Amino acid sequence: MSDDNKPRSPIESGCPDGFQYMHPVMRKNYGAWKFHEHPKPGVLRHVGYSGDEIWTVRVGTQRILDVFTLRELCDIGDEYADGYIHFTIRSNVEYMVADPAKVEPLIKAVTDAGYIVGGTKNSVTMLSHTQGWLHCDIPGTDASGVVKSMMDELIDEFRECNMPNRVHITTSCCQINCGGQGDIAINVQHTKPPKINHDLVSNVCERPSVVARCPVAAIRPAMVNGKPSLEVDEKKCICCGACFPPCPPMQINDAEHSKLAVWVGGNHSNARSKPTFQKLVAAGIPNNPPRWPEATAIVKNILKAYKEDAKDWERINDWIERIGWPRFFEVTNLPFTKYHIDNWRGARNSLNASTHIRF
Amino acid sequence: MAKKIYETPMLDELENGPWPSFISGIKKLRDDHPDSRIQEVTSSLLGQLEHSYETRKGYWKGGTVSVFGYGGGIIPRFSEVGSAFPESKEFHTIRVQPPAGNHYTTSMLRQLGDSWEKYGSGLQTFHGQTGNIMFIGTTTENTQHFFDDINSYGWDLGGAGPCVRTAMSCVGASRCEMSCANEHGIHRHLVNNFTDDVHRPALPYKFKFKVSGCPNDCQNAIERADMAIIGTWRDDMKVDQEEFKNYLAAKGENGRQYYMDNMISRCPTNALSINDDDTLAVDNRNCVRCMHCLNVMPKALHPGDDHGVTVLVGGKRTLKIGDLMGTVVIPFKKLETEDDYEELVELAEEMIDFWAENGLEHERTGEMIERIGLVNYLEGIGLEVDPNMVGNPRQSSYVRMDGWDEEAEKWFERKAEAANA
Repeated sequence: MSDDNKPRSPIESGCPDGFQYMHPVMRKNYGAWKFHEHPKPGVLRHVGYSGDEIWTVRVGTQRILDVFTLRELCDIGDEYADGYIHFTIRSNVEYMVADPAKVEPLIKAVTDAGYIVGGTKNSVTMLSHTQGWLHCDIPGTDASGVVKSMMDELIDEFRECNMPNRVHITTSCCQINCGGQGDIAINVQHTKPPKINHDLVSNVCERPSVVARCPVAAIRPAMVNGKPSLEVDEKKCICCGACFPPCPPMQINDAEHSKLAVWVGGNHSNARSKPTFQKLVAAGIPNNPPRWPEATAIVKNILKAYKEDAKDWERINDWIERIGWPRFFEVTNLPFTKYHIDNWRGARNSLNASTHIRF
Repeated sequence: MAKKIYETPMLDELENGPWPSFISGIKKLRDDHPDSRIQEVTSSLLGQLEHSYETRKGYWKGGTVSVFGYGGGIIPRFSEVGSAFPESKEFHTIRVQPPAGNHYTTSMLRQLGDSWEKYGSGLQTFHGQTGNIMFIGTTTENTQHFFDDINSYGWDLGGAGPCVRTAMSCVGASRCEMSCANEHGIHRHLVNNFTDDVHRPALPYKFKFKVSGCPNDCQNAIERADMAIIGTWRDDMKVDQEEFKNYLAAKGENGRQYYMDNMISRCPTNALSINDDDTLAVDNRNCVRCMHCLNVMPKALHPGDDHGVTVLVGGKRTLKIGDLMGTVVIPFKKLETEDDYEELVELAEEMIDFWAENGLEHERTGEMIERIGLVNYLEGIGLEVDPNMVGNPRQSSYVRMDGWDEEAEKWFERKAEAANA
């Protein structure tokens, strides 16, 4: 077996056991936690039935970590925490310590190194985001840059807990929406049909798959300039970009016409109401690197209205459910247009079939 | 050869402001990393990214890159502008499955960082939206070397393409009093049963498992997973009346009104009230385990002890027919014994097998259910109907119902069996 040219067979070990990397107090009290408290923003105290405590300090980072940053986060973990790091699903770093005396020195070390403590409870936590121009093959915008720009503006809302309830913001660089559902979502919305490079289609694209991919059956095979290609019925096209991933010559991204749209009210939790999907509130927002100020201004405007008007524990969807959509558009000064009225499958269920109207 | 430094006036703007900057991090690799290969790759990457910012276009294309023995797990990236930015013209991402619950020791993070520094760009993310550790940027050749290295000390690739994807689970029982499940165990039992389907994409499209320990569903499982497993309980919730009074008292004179307005009246089934002696009354038969009151008073209110899981199927994002929530297919299942876990895994096998046979190309499970109807799906995977699966019964009379008597009989038989069990 010493033949260096022989390829090595993979060990199909799958998902590793997390217990080997878990803080020993968490391992010991697994499934036996009694309650938690929130002593201050960014800090959680969990107490087990055993009487053991674990203190968590939550930290915001740039998410795209260079190895120097990764090592710095590990250095802090070794010197000020107990050598363990947990990542939240929104890519925040969490340090856990068993000794409460370690909390303040840990916070100081984290803050001195330029990271941001917060993101717990009724704060605006880290935006969850996708890959964007840095690494995706189909993006209409960048992700890390949008998030950096917005978090610069929302940093106080991350550090403090001044919102009625928690706020999850997401971004997506195309309409596939890998960023998922959020209380507020900033997603690319294309506004023009794809531009087709007919010279490349037959070599690059599996044409029947591309035809099948279209949600509105707007694509059909065609001979263009003597070559087999695809054509788009532009009257039917909804400009979603679903054809672009399987057929890169159908370029959907456009420097001018790929815009941003803002959606609100997505909520994963079953608390109070059932989980909800986000709804369109604003579109036509310029995709404006490097700082995307127009999108940030709309997000801040929505957050301001929510903060002023919502009651404690209302997520954005709960708040709008109570005050109604007409009032939402009134308090945010966002225009209500024909594009807000859904016409996709099941759309009539979203219409008001009652006389429930607030005056 | 000295590395070429590209002008990046737009990216430089992202070094301003108080939030940590990924651009500063990439520049640090370019300027300070001891390995000239990493300096050159990251410099070239910044050049291409600046070009994207200037032209508002992406310039990465996919392709075919894999490691020996696997068909997926690598996100190939070849630059369309590689002649202008040659050092990063191959810049593949390696998707690696994280430990269940996303726990790490600093020493393991350092070891992973060291391996990636040896073979890749030195850039990584914990974690991508599917849940993988994303090691961002290496060549086709180094893809294999990096995988061989980390695979030798316990790390395996995640899913990419039409396959079972990397699973995700919330922090759960390791640090949360709301947890009603062993998220860790469920996560690994499920996904590690399908390693072949993770590594060798041959399904209609993607299939995702996500596990949340309680109905707060911090893992977004109902909205995003083909199979969502959510911890819950079926006995009475636990009430510590002394702590309940403490919460009221802590708000001073307004305590009663505050909790009436923000907790009692927000109960979706009106199952709560405050007694005259400031104790809490709970109508447990009508509690739907929404979690709101437990979230408001984590010290006073706790899930009951009779834990289990609810299973929902068919959540997904926009492509192709629009966003779909998961649908309940198992209202409650105990997960205590090895046999219980085995049954859950067998159910997942049924789901994936049926979908592999009947799903159209690029069709998620939820879309298939939309096309064929829930009843056909349930029959396909061998589950009986249950009123917990619907928001309300059918409203349309347009259905042929000449099998009614047999179906009603089945229902009564099942009820009798359950009563005798």
